Amino acid sequence: MKLNIEGLLVYFPYDYIYPEQYSYMLELKRTLDAKGHGVLEMPSGTGKTISLLSLIVAYQRAYPLEVTKLIYCSRTVPEIEKVVEELRKLMEYYAKEVGEIKDFLALALSSRKNLCIHPEVSSLRFGKEVDGKCHSLTASYIRAQRHSNPSQPMCRFYEEFDAVGRQVPIPSGIYNLDDLKDFGRRKGWCPYYLARYSILHANIVVYSYHYLLDPKIADLVSKELAKKSVVVFDEAHNIDNVCIDSMSVNITRRTLDRSQANVDTLQNTIQRIKETDATKLKEEYRRLVEGLQEANVARETDIYLSNPVLPDEILQEAVPGSIRTAEHFVGFMRRFLEYLKARLRIHHVVQESAPQFLKDIFEKVCIDRKPLRFCAERLRSLLRTLEIADIADFSPITLISHFATLVSTYSKGFTIIIEPFEDRTPTIANPVLHFSCMDPSIAIKPVFERFQSVVITSGTLSPLDIYPRILDFRPVTMASFTMTLARTCLCPLIVGRGNDQVAMTSKFETREDFAVIRNYGNLLLEMSAIVPDGIVAFFTSYVYMENIVASWYEQGILENVQRNKLIFIETQDAAETSMALEKYQEACENGRGAILLSVARGKVSEGIDFVHHFGRAVIMFGVPYVYTQSRILKARLEYLRDQFQIRENDFLTFDAMRHAAQCVGRAIRGKTDYGLMIFADKRYARADKRGKLPRWIQEHLTDGSLNLTIDETVQLAKHFLRQMAQPFKREDQLGLSLLTLEQLQSEEMLQKIAQIAHQA
Amino acid sequence: MAALSEEVLLVVKRVRQKKQDGTLYLMAERIAWGPEGKDRFTVSHLYADIRCQKISPDGKAKIQLQLVLHTGESTTFHFANESSALKDRDATKDLLQQLLPKFKKKANKELEEKNRMLQEDPVLFQLYKDLVVSQVISAEEFWANRLSLNSVDHSLSNNKQEVGISAAFLADIRPQTDGCNGLRYNLTSDIIESIFRTYPTVKQKYAENVPHNLTEKEFWTRFFQSHYFHRDRINTGLQDIFSECAKQDEKGLKSIVGQGVKNPMVDLLALEDKTLDEGYGSSSTPSTSSSSSTKTVKENSNLAIIKRFNHHSAMVLAAGLRKVDAPNDQASETSSTDGNSRDSDFFQPPIKKVKLQEAIEYDDLQNESGPKTVALNLKKSDRYSHGPVPLQSHHYSTSQDIINSVSLIQHEMSNYKPCLTQVMSSSAASSAITALSPGGVLMQAAVQQTMNQLVPTDVQTELKHLYTAAGELLRHFWACFPVNTPFLEEKVVKMRSNLERFQMTKLRPFQDKIQRQYLSTNLTGHLEEMIQAAYNKFHAWQTRRMMRKT
Repeated sequence: MKLNIEGLLVYFPYDYIYPEQYSYMLELKRTLDAKGHGVLEMPSGTGKTISLLSLIVAYQRAYPLEVTKLIYCSRTVPEIEKVVEELRKLMEYYAKEVGEIKDFLALALSSRKNLCIHPEVSSLRFGKEVDGKCHSLTASYIRAQRHSNPSQPMCRFYEEFDAVGRQVPIPSGIYNLDDLKDFGRRKGWCPYYLARYSILHANIVVYSYHYLLDPKIADLVSKELAKKSVVVFDEAHNIDNVCIDSMSVNITRRTLDRSQANVDTLQNTIQRIKETDATKLKEEYRRLVEGLQEANVARETDIYLSNPVLPDEILQEAVPGSIRTAEHFVGFMRRFLEYLKARLRIHHVVQESAPQFLKDIFEKVCIDRKPLRFCAERLRSLLRTLEIADIADFSPITLISHFATLVSTYSKGFTIIIEPFEDRTPTIANPVLHFSCMDPSIAIKPVFERFQSVVITSGTLSPLDIYPRILDFRPVTMASFTMTLARTCLCPLIVGRGNDQVAMTSKFETREDFAVIRNYGNLLLEMSAIVPDGIVAFFTSYVYMENIVASWYEQGILENVQRNKLIFIETQDAAETSMALEKYQEACENGRGAILLSVARGKVSEGIDFVHHFGRAVIMFGVPYVYTQSRILKARLEYLRDQFQIRENDFLTFDAMRHAAQCVGRAIRGKTDYGLMIFADKRYARADKRGKLPRWIQEHLTDGSLNLTIDETVQLAKHFLRQMAQPFKREDQLGLSLLTLEQLQSEEMLQKIAQIAHQA
Repeated sequence: MAALSEEVLLVVKRVRQKKQDGTLYLMAERIAWGPEGKDRFTVSHLYADIRCQKISPDGKAKIQLQLVLHTGESTTFHFANESSALKDRDATKDLLQQLLPKFKKKANKELEEKNRMLQEDPVLFQLYKDLVVSQVISAEEFWANRLSLNSVDHSLSNNKQEVGISAAFLADIRPQTDGCNGLRYNLTSDIIESIFRTYPTVKQKYAENVPHNLTEKEFWTRFFQSHYFHRDRINTGLQDIFSECAKQDEKGLKSIVGQGVKNPMVDLLALEDKTLDEGYGSSSTPSTSSSSSTKTVKENSNLAIIKRFNHHSAMVLAAGLRKVDAPNDQASETSSTDGNSRDSDFFQPPIKKVKLQEAIEYDDLQNESGPKTVALNLKKSDRYSHGPVPLQSHHYSTSQDIINSVSLIQHEMSNYKPCLTQVMSSSAASSAITALSPGGVLMQAAVQQTMNQLVPTDVQTELKHLYTAAGELLRHFWACFPVNTPFLEEKVVKMRSNLERFQMTKLRPFQDKIQRQYLSTNLTGHLEEMIQAAYNKFHAWQTRRMMRKT
């Protein structure tokens, strides 16, 4: 249908529309008009992606000079592919309505592992191996060597792309990962480099967060993207963690040992080169003196990680003299390593700030701040000069150099924690140096500054105001949309007590309590008897799940559950869990029914949807608080309190509730779907917890379902399931939660929509 | 004593039945009991007739064994030998336990089958009543060629659905304490089958060790003692025969995991696009970094339990699907050789596309675009597009042909000119019409149409039944010719007597009845003729045989 969104003609590829989709597009349009940033929450399964794409594509076509590009960041590979498929659907609709659109290019970009078509390289299993092998075939100096030595192996796909691929732009169209591979095969071009090259002139780019948020990668991939782009972070509820992860470094004794070996290798290589080809080193020295950092061309295939600090922090001056010659630099690194080793030989926990660390290092081994800042840059230059083939071997020393650069660049927002052993095993020495970023706004700041509109969206962003605070930006629009429903297809229930009236909670003091574990088991058992098909249950951590499963096994609860359904359990091994997941779906599919025991914050809770019969009930055992005893977390909480005035408890509860919401939201993937959401912990009933759930869940949480016993839960669930099993037709939804074009255009309906939207 | 020729498997002396001492015999096909001092059995049951056996609980004064028959009757034996009563009883019980299932299945299956046939086919049921219940022929004779006739198409049409395995079958084996520090497990043949189907390795072990190394009882004792059964126990003893099973299971689990998943949407390995390099990121999960050596025994056993649960569920699921998959596997295997899958490397499996489409579909936002179609999965596409080539393709008329012929006929019709010189005379035509009208000379047979008015309905149905019954008997009779074996000879004689009996007990009363009601007797005339024809045939055959003999 064709929509009029405040004067913008939007093509929407469906015959019907949800009211919230309309409101969502309105808000989005205002954000784009204002050239500002936005935070939008809309439940999953209400067609967020298609609304977003429809509006932005329409906007691009209406104002081609205002918005030149859409950069759509998502989290997982299947999500990325889904976005591209939705886009394809939209463009097919455009083609039908207004004819084929010329000069429209949209593509997905992913790592080499997902795009490589080289028969040998692509058969490798792990991303790192693929990257390394690719590098050994396509690195610039290796290709240079080929001129003198034609027997050197090479990648014919890259050579072909390099020879002709750049002159002819890729034909306009929609390219998913598989389409890119097909195209690459047809042309004999490398799809990965083709995609990386093509994102510069594509209208829509879909890729994962890291390409924009991790400075080490963003510098290589996304450096030249136009400023007039709209950036969308979908599923952004975890974006702060992604930011923090991309800037944090951990150093163990093993890292140091391996770095030591790296340094020795470097030393030997330098010695050898000096005897054979001294001019190379001289040339490098001359270049460094002149401060020519990245003047060389044809560097795209060199996958040395780029500088870990953000572009605006990189110094635009020459490398200081003390580390300019190769030997001096190696000596410098040796000294730095020795210092780190000494720091790790401690028997008590040390926590200090970056300036303290710098002061200490200056006093102990006379290392100045300035050369440290150039460490990453200098090492990169050296590795390139020495023509190191297997770059993966040098990851430990690269890590150390990144640490050096980071610690000397940022004086705020980071902390250094040195732990001599793990808390759980105090007898085993395992010293770790955590260099931890505490401020997610550092990594995302350049994105907000560089691009004119950044939209953060997800199904669970409540409470909305906390994201602008922790990411430190000023949004022009903030809105939370609820799901309009013709029937209440979600049924959140808070179970606080067992039938014996013992409170159910995963609170630290009582979580090992026999009665609590038994009651949790009884809840699962009762549910397994009444819920059809699939049940997903989430625990707060792996350790807790393992303990509970063991005691359920001893008490014979699991045996009784098995009479009703098959049991599958998530493990920390991803391959095994994938197998369990597939079997779980199989069991749901063939009518046997199954239970999946899983972990909040685990991979399943973040990336897998349980649509329809794959998840008729989600049980959340306990409140998924993060492990609060960790020093890193404590430091971060302190920082949040001091810098952003966010209280520790608020943040912890916020973090726990967003994960709980993520978990239970896995089961509802649309308005025709239905599912029970069972929060099995009495603490959920408290206002501070409840209030942090997304609005679309909170709405359906009545006072009558706040502190139930297991029996009451079973009664309510039975009633709900029986109601939901009745046939549900389009006519039931029409006019309420589903609108035709005429209905949407009526004055009355517009008012109603505006009213619903303003409740937010 | 006719039973002497049978193989006697077990003889138990001093068994009481109805307060009478006697001897219990377990034979190959039946169980029998005879009172002391007499040489005949007063009690004798075929195993097939026995529904189940019950035993008195341990510790009761009387040591008894009860047999419950399918008919609902029961027989109780009291083992009265003071010294060895319990042993005797257990020996009997064990032997019965082995024997009964063999017969049970057979008997049940047959009974079920017969029952089903009778229920599905009312005509057959009537026939059964007419012939068997009224004892014209015996039930065995009745079924003799029925079952064989139907067994072929039955096996095709009624492909028995494989019953899945309960996930909790191991839980059903509740151990009971026997009061003196021991545990008793009760195993039924169903449970054993479930174990074998779910854990093929155990079956293999069983085949290897029982009976030459271990007795069955020892085998299962060891099974329950092993860590293998108790999933939380860590593998310790090497002499445990099941440790190898555990290893094989481990291997099996690994291979399942190694195969990866078909559905890309659940593949967690491919979920992450770009993982952080080692050393980057904030490791907020301390448990992941700890190596296995630091894990406590408790944690390891917990992990083992989780692993076992996943494995168990996967095996149960697979056991349910195995049978169904077998033919499919074969098909896909053969097809994989014919080319299509060879270049699978170059074509992503379409499943990914399908799953993606499924994931982005909002069925309520769209108008339904007709019924959902199923994707055509072609093994050999050329075969599909050509289709089976018809042998006489020119016999098939295309739509063009049809149109042509229609227009041809139209053309002929419009050009039709009556040829008046060659018509019949009007009188001949009218007499022909009269002859062909109802009641006319040529329509004499139409009198029978009025039979349903003449004859009351109950007589009609009875006649129908007589016809089917007679038909059945005659079929048996004629099926004996040519008589070339002694068995057939015997049968043909029997069938003749059956026919005579039928004539006497069924046909005659019916004839009398219609006579009483003043209906025309020729209603049964055809039946008589048929039977007479059979008698004639029999007579001819008999005289020929006599002549040959003399």
